[in-house]
Amino acid sequence: MSDSNPAPSLYAAREPIFPRRVSGPFRNLKWIIMAVTLGIYYLTPWIRWDRGPSLPDQAVLLDLANRRFYFFWIEIWPHEFYFVAGLLIMAGLGLFLFTSALGRVWCGYACPQTVWTDLYILVERWIEGDRNARLRLHRQKKLDLRKARLRLTKWVVWLLIGLATGGAWVFYFADAPTLARDLITGNAHPIAYTTVLILTGTTFLFGGFAREQICIYACPWPRIQAAMMDEDTLVVGYREWRGEPRGKGKRTADSELGDCIDCMACVNVCPVGIDIRDGQQLECITCALCIDACDDMMAKIGKPRGLIDYMALSDETRERAGEKPKNVWKHIFRPRTIMYTALWSLVGFALLFALFIRSDIDLTVAPVRNPTFVTLSDGTIRNTYDVRLRNKHGEERSFRLSLVGDPAMQIEVEGVEGDTVIVAADTAQLTRVYIAASKDTDPAGADTTSVRIWVEDLESGERAYKDTTFIGRGD
Amino acid sequence: MSKTPEKQPGDPQTTGHSWDGLEEFDNPMPRWWLWTFYATIFWGVIYTIMYPAWPLVQSATAGVLGWSSRALVQEEMIAFQEANAPLNAKLVETPLDSIASDAELQQYAVNAGGAVFRTWCAQCHGSGAEGASGFPNLLDDAWLWGGTMEDIEYSVAYGIRNEESDDARYSEMPAFGEILEQDEITQVVQYVMSLTNAQTDDGAAQAGEVVYADNCAVCHGEDGKGDVTQGAPNLTDAIWLFGGSEQELTETVTYSRYGVMPAWENRLTEAQIRAVTAYVHQLGGGQ
Repeated sequence: MSDSNPAPSLYAAREPIFPRRVSGPFRNLKWIIMAVTLGIYYLTPWIRWDRGPSLPDQAVLLDLANRRFYFFWIEIWPHEFYFVAGLLIMAGLGLFLFTSALGRVWCGYACPQTVWTDLYILVERWIEGDRNARLRLHRQKKLDLRKARLRLTKWVVWLLIGLATGGAWVFYFADAPTLARDLITGNAHPIAYTTVLILTGTTFLFGGFAREQICIYACPWPRIQAAMMDEDTLVVGYREWRGEPRGKGKRTADSELGDCIDCMACVNVCPVGIDIRDGQQLECITCALCIDACDDMMAKIGKPRGLIDYMALSDETRERAGEKPKNVWKHIFRPRTIMYTALWSLVGFALLFALFIRSDIDLTVAPVRNPTFVTLSDGTIRNTYDVRLRNKHGEERSFRLSLVGDPAMQIEVEGVEGDTVIVAADTAQLTRVYIAASKDTDPAGADTTSVRIWVEDLESGERAYKDTTFIGRGD
Repeated sequence: MSKTPEKQPGDPQTTGHSWDGLEEFDNPMPRWWLWTFYATIFWGVIYTIMYPAWPLVQSATAGVLGWSSRALVQEEMIAFQEANAPLNAKLVETPLDSIASDAELQQYAVNAGGAVFRTWCAQCHGSGAEGASGFPNLLDDAWLWGGTMEDIEYSVAYGIRNEESDDARYSEMPAFGEILEQDEITQVVQYVMSLTNAQTDDGAAQAGEVVYADNCAVCHGEDGKGDVTQGAPNLTDAIWLFGGSEQELTETVTYSRYGVMPAWENRLTEAQIRAVTAYVHQLGGGQ
């Protein structure tokens, strides 16, 4: 035990990070992705889609009250929730695929935490200036009028972005124009206001203050990602063999110095505050801004680009030994990524198939087994079934019920003369259906008889069926 | 004791703690994490003051907010009753036969009636209304006292052969063991069985016809089809409330049967009685 040391603190305050502005191809790509993802997020609820008079005309709508999910021409009912499960599986497999091919590319480019943090840093830079100005402002202890004004302006803009974020979220759950009017006039449901407030608060906190700490401490994905990556995965790395020993100063013919001029550009632009030259780190979200920063510097000192670059670990070893790196496509197309792609496509095709074969009318049949059968006064054996008729059309339809099976069995519908049931638009209607077999017929005496209940939409002629069982006396 | 390996430049920072050569990296937790932890403790303390929490001998501390799950249930039940009040009023006002033609009212009546049935009726009639020996099956088309909405409502409201209501449906079959000879009982049982072609002794059945006409036809009818005005069962159908075997019929004739149903007029509200009437009527046997 070395107890001579003073006890170290178990907790440390966050080191503030002031990413410097950077420009370059990766930065441009990130701007484009930010514009597209935020555009999709903010504008989608406003797209209209005509579905007829009795259904909502919002293209993307999660109608929780009526248990419907509308996505353009697709309408998902609760019993079709497997579509959502399938999409989530595809999202998972997609993450596996991209991570095994390109490392934490999701984290670096498309994750909402990254996109919103990027936006918040942009606002911060517009208001408070670039890295050095922000550092000065941070170190300035005295809260003078200028600092107060800058901080206040920044927070107000951040809050407005947060408000827009939370506001857009609730539009996915109700008719956007109506809800927008209600929110402004104070007539919206308290849940809508609460949701907006919570999301405003979390966006403000996560984008403005927590930033990279969400990735480091809160997000489980960085821990899982290590299992998806291998020596062929393209990650952001530093060509140590080329850069070291780093040092400032002029490179002469007999100089031992490497290409790294230790200008700290890569460190200064890093949004998670690490030094990529230390190698792969848990904190790195592979946003590739250090590549842009370093390439810029290499161009200025007349060295080739790519001291910091996307590279595979196996290439790093190869290059160090003086060999040529493998073609980048050979890194990307390898058994692992092909397998992930195949699985992803398999789920995708299965979902598409399920989407195309589903019909606009449907039924479920639940035999009532309490009791299994009823004996009527003339000895007829009768079974009862709870039949749920689904009409996914935008207007009322008439459904005719019929049977296929032993001809001795007859179908009857509770509360209805005849065999035709009217089902309102876009509803599932519970109807009690009886199947009866008179005393001396085969189904009445048998243990069980198979029977198929057909339903036909009298207007469109669409048909659907379900198989079920008729229980008899068993004598 | 093993020796701590020599430090190399670039090795990670350690706390300086060393146990048998194992060292601890100096990766301090973020300080806000600590404050979050303190905040949860603070929240926990406040929570136990505000809400019921600490167990005592008899009960638990009540909490200064006075919250209790029972009060909440009470509140919700009152809210439900208030919300249903207009429908209940409508149910009472609507003529019985018109309930089914109002889709919303019918749905409410069936759902509310189903709840009433499962609470008060299922003990005898079964949760599926399938009945049991001595307790009528309400799913079939045989009704001792009639199966129209009015008939069912009357039976529910006043009951059958009970002593609580003067309006209860009433009839009583004599115990023929004290009236008839043993062989006459055997004969009449054979005759009754012959009505559904189930007799085992044709001679006795023929002899029983006379016994039947003298003693049973008054209530059960000359053709054996029963009489709903006095709850006399139809003896020619496939349904036997107390069993249709020779032994069971002999028992019925000898000792008689006396099925009792309580009156619900004072235990259920009028709306509840009408709801359960609508529920029973739509189970498959309503007339």
